[in-house]
Amino acid sequence: MEYLNTIEPITMEQFLPMVIQFKMDGWRLVQICACRLPEQYELSYSFAKGFDMRTLRLTVGEDEPVSSITQVYPCAFIQENEVAELFGVKIESMENDYHHKLYRIARDTPFKEKG
Amino acid sequence: MAKRSIVPFGPQHPVLPEPVHLDLVLEDETVVEAVPSIGFVHRGLEKLVEIKDFKEYVYIAERVCGICSFGHGMGYCQSVEHIMGVEPPRRANYLRTIWMEMSRVHSHLLWLGLLADAMGFESLFMESWRLREKILDMFDLTTGGRVIFSVNCIGGVLKDMDSGMLKAISDTIDEMEKELRPIAEAFLRDYTVGVRLRGLGVLKPEQAILAGAVGPMLRSCGIAYDARKLGYAAYNELEFEPVTASDGDSYARCEVRIQEIYQSFALIRQAISKIPEGPIRVPVKGNPNGEYFMRIEQPRGEAIYYVKANGTKFLDRFRLRTPTTSNIPPMLELMKGCQLADVPLLILTIDPCISCTER
Amino acid sequence: MGKLAKSPWMLHYDGSSCNGCDIEVLACTTPVYDVERFGIINTGDPFQADILLITGGINSQSESVVKQIYSQMPNPKVVVAVGICACTGGIFKECYNIKGGVDTVIPVDIYVPGCAARPQAIIDGVVKAVELLQKKREAFASQRKKSGT
Repeated sequence: MEYLNTIEPITMEQFLPMVIQFKMDGWRLVQICACRLPEQYELSYSFAKGFDMRTLRLTVGEDEPVSSITQVYPCAFIQENEVAELFGVKIESMENDYHHKLYRIARDTPFKEKG
Repeated sequence: MAKRSIVPFGPQHPVLPEPVHLDLVLEDETVVEAVPSIGFVHRGLEKLVEIKDFKEYVYIAERVCGICSFGHGMGYCQSVEHIMGVEPPRRANYLRTIWMEMSRVHSHLLWLGLLADAMGFESLFMESWRLREKILDMFDLTTGGRVIFSVNCIGGVLKDMDSGMLKAISDTIDEMEKELRPIAEAFLRDYTVGVRLRGLGVLKPEQAILAGAVGPMLRSCGIAYDARKLGYAAYNELEFEPVTASDGDSYARCEVRIQEIYQSFALIRQAISKIPEGPIRVPVKGNPNGEYFMRIEQPRGEAIYYVKANGTKFLDRFRLRTPTTSNIPPMLELMKGCQLADVPLLILTIDPCISCTER
Repeated sequence: MGKLAKSPWMLHYDGSSCNGCDIEVLACTTPVYDVERFGIINTGDPFQADILLITGGINSQSESVVKQIYSQMPNPKVVVAVGICACTGGIFKECYNIKGGVDTVIPVDIYVPGCAARPQAIIDGVVKAVELLQKKREAFASQRKKSGT
C-alpha cells in the first residue's frame, strides 16, 4: 500500500496556520531541514500521522525572519537551533534559544557558504 | 519552597559511553528541569557531500554512527536509488533486510547490556554482551567487518552470502534464541529489576505524539508505528506486526526491545527461507537529479534521509534526522519530577545515540 | 609482557567518534575479549586512571574536555589513540569541525589503527600501554629519588 510522502510549497502567511492545524489534527513533527539556495534558504517541515508524511516547503530570503514553531511544537527547539546555527537562518521568538551555542563550533554558519 | 540547585551531568560520566551534557535544576533530590547541551561529537558530516561524490558518500553515511552503521548506509542508498529510479535486485533487498535485522539484534543486545550496567547488574551486562558477540561473528563472516561493514552501494550490495553463510546465520540465531530466554527472563521477571524499572518515566500516548517520540519509545505507549511497515527493501514480502506495550514506562520500553529481538530472529528466518537467487546489484549510470525524503526504521526508531541532488555528481544537500534527535525532547519531559538517582537510567531508556544526533 | 607490579586503571573518553570504536573498546572489557585479565580495570574517574583511551578525532568542543581529563590524571600516564580518527582524523579529517587526531591537543604514546579498530588491535595497544606505563613509572621513581622529594 502506498502512503503519503509529499512536498507542498507554501507561503509565509499560510505557514503558521497550517502548523497549528497539523497540531490540532494530531500530527507529529518529524523533521526540520534547511537547504541553501543562491541568496535564499529552503526550509522543509515534515509532519506525520500514522504512516502518512507531509512536508511543507518554505522559501525565505537571506535576511527574512521566520517565526519559530516552538510555541506550537516545543520539541522543535533542537532542530530549529540547528538550522539557525549551521545556516544562519533568522528564527524569531524561539523557546530555548541557544543563541548559536548548541554545537559551539569554531566556524560561524558553515553551511551558509559553499566549500 | 525548597532551595534550588543546579547539578552538571556529563559529558564524561561512568554510565554514558558517549558525551552528552545536562544541567539538572534540582529541588532537593527532585529534578525540576533538565537543559541539554550537545555538540561534543559534532563533526559536520553533512557538508562533506560538497567534496565527495554521491557514490563515495555511502562510506561516510555509514560512519555517521558505528551502532546504526548499516541502516545509515542503506537509508542513504535507498533515497539516492529512489531519485535515480534504480530498482535494486530482489536478492539485494533480501540481503539488506537480513543485515538490517542482524543490526537490530546487535543494537538491542548492546542496549540491554548498558541498561543492566546502569542498574549495577554487572553479570547481566556481561551476559548480554557475550550473546551479542555471536551476531558480530556473523557480521565478520558475511561482511568482514564487526561494526562497520561497507557492503551497501547505490544499486544494491557489494557482497553476497552463499548457502553456507545463510546456514551459519540461521544456526546462530537458533542458538541465540535459546540463550536469550534466561537473559530476557532476568530483565522481565527479576524482582529487583522490576522495582527499578516499573513506573519510572511514564510517557502518555498523547504526550509522546506531541513531543515527537519515535521507535520503541513510541511503541511502548501502545502506538503501533513501525516504519518497516512502509515496505522498503524486502519488508513488504515478510510478515510481521509492530511490537507494542501499553504502560509507557521504562519497563515497557525494555519489554518492547526484548520482543523486537525475537521478532528480528523471526524476520531473519523468513528472509532466509524466501531469499531468491539472482544478481546482487545493478549498474548505475548518470547522476541523480531531484529530492526525496526516505524513512527507515532504525533500531532506535524512525530515521529520515533527505537527499537533494542537482544532476552533477555532488549532491546539494544530505540531511539525516536520527531517532535520538526526536527522542531527546520526550526524555526531557520524563525527567521533570524524577529523582536525581534515576537520571542515568532515564537517559538510557531512550537508547541515546549521540554520535548519530550530532553528526 | 613481564610481571606487573601494579594494576593500571583505564579511562575511556569519546572525542568525537562514530561509536564504532567505542563499542569495540567496551566489547574488550566483556567476557569474549576480556582485557581485564591483564589486571586492568575500566574506571570512570580521571583522578584514579593511569591509561587514557581516546576514540575519535578532536573537535572544537571536546578539545577542552580532553585537555582537562588529561591534566586531572596523575603522573605518570599513558595515552592510547584508538581508531584511525583518533590517530589522524581519518575519514572526517576534511570536516569543518574536526581539528585532527588526538595528538593535536595532548601527547599520544600509542596509536591503534583501524576503522573500526578490532578488539585484537585494541588489546595489543593496551598491552603496549601497560608496558610503557611500567617503564614510565620506573623513570618517574628514580627521578624522584634523585631530587629527594
